Amino acid sequence: MELLTVLLEAAAAAGYAGIGAGLAAIGAGIGVGLIGSHALDAMARQPESAGDLRANMIVAAALVEGVALFAVIVCLLVVFG
Amino acid sequence: MKITSNPIYRKASGRFFTLLTSAFLMLFSANLFASGGEEGGKFNAGEMIVHHISDAHSIHFFGHATLPLPCIVKTDKGIDVFMSSVFMDEHHEFSKSYTSTSTGNTYVLHHEKIYVVDGAHGTNMSHDAHIDPATPPVQPEHADSTIMEVGGELNAAAPVAEHKEEEFHGTPVLDFSITKSVLGMLMMLTLVVVLFVRMAKAYEKRKGQAPKGMQNLLEPLVLFIKDEVAIPALGKKRAQKFLPFLLTSFFFIWACNILGLLPFAGGFNITGTLSITLVLAGLVFIITSINGNAHYWGHIVWPPGVPMAIKFILVPIEILSVFIKPAVLMIRLTANINAGHIIILAFTSLIFIFGEKSTGAGFGVGVFSTAFMIFMYFIELLVAFLQAYVFTLLAALYFGDATQEHHHEEAHH
Repeated sequence: MELLTVLLEAAAAAGYAGIGAGLAAIGAGIGVGLIGSHALDAMARQPESAGDLRANMIVAAALVEGVALFAVIVCLLVVFG
Repeated sequence: MKITSNPIYRKASGRFFTLLTSAFLMLFSANLFASGGEEGGKFNAGEMIVHHISDAHSIHFFGHATLPLPCIVKTDKGIDVFMSSVFMDEHHEFSKSYTSTSTGNTYVLHHEKIYVVDGAHGTNMSHDAHIDPATPPVQPEHADSTIMEVGGELNAAAPVAEHKEEEFHGTPVLDFSITKSVLGMLMMLTLVVVLFVRMAKAYEKRKGQAPKGMQNLLEPLVLFIKDEVAIPALGKKRAQKFLPFLLTSFFFIWACNILGLLPFAGGFNITGTLSITLVLAGLVFIITSINGNAHYWGHIVWPPGVPMAIKFILVPIEILSVFIKPAVLMIRLTANINAGHIIILAFTSLIFIFGEKSTGAGFGVGVFSTAFMIFMYFIELLVAFLQAYVFTLLAALYFGDATQEHHHEEAHH
């Protein structure tokens, strides 16, 4: 519990920007992981459609990463703005 | 053995491109010198990273090799044009101030932005100085001097400590300078235009023949955008109208992203500057709005097939999304490119941070860091292409949405 307090104090110095960026990374990880996992499931079911699935997976991953990067930009603004 | 049997040497255009490529590579190949971020003291990783991803009024290649760029500023007193080398002192820091003879303004470079300062109460720009806020500003007898050096008298009262952010009083100016990003953007635009105009001429000259040379490289890319992006989103009939914009934006963004990744090439960060992506996204917004037909706007303010209660929530969201979608385009591109640059710079700073503790640690971390950095570079190459593709794809989808005809309603629900 004390460790948590110390860590949160250190984070507060930077306006909790580190925590925000970490949460954004978690969100991106979960999102892209879901996309990848479902795409792989589908590719395993039907190997001949692997090309189509791959293209769509990459597009969806880029969109989800975009959202996570909003949070990163906001955290950067907190630190440097 | 005939060297000139290679067809690339026979035609003038082949020689021209060979020369161009060699000049490009020679210009950008250099030795790596540790540079940036040093303040005569501790290595400040945050500052070094921000300095490297920001725009600048000069291109810093390595060590002391800096290419100054023209500065064009407009104030109430008029327009001033000068090279940014006027700000350089003998330490190659940009700490001098410059008084223009035509308008009488005194300019300084503060954190890579140009400000007008009052000649009498100039501020000390050098990072080595420690400014005590209680110290009175520069005495009037220094007013005629245009060089703001580190004043010994300013340091006398205060102990030398780490750099403190002094009070900076300067009025901003209307800055139309050719900065690093502007120069990079113009370079890439020229490259893209020259490349594609030559290719178009080659297609005209060689009608019906197999593609030759650069056509082989560019044709699959152009067809990729046409067949996989434009036609699925817009349909064959409408695709031709928007294809020029889509192709230009795709190749321009891809070229700018790649330029930002070239090592030792001056550290361009073109698509990472919000201003440039703002214009790109703004163009998408303008084209969507101009080409939006009645059904597009109708569906925004009166979405069909939606219960009345939900319409109250949905319509404001739809109206906002007209502005949010291009804004998201802008932020997605900037954030992705900046994030990639920051990661690579952060791994580089890791080396310096550990190197300050002990040389051995620096080397050890250096090996690991460089390997990871190379891995990140490959990912960044993918991201460079991917972000250009996603921007173009989404732009095509927005155009397609805006010019949809009525018949798509049967496909709903």
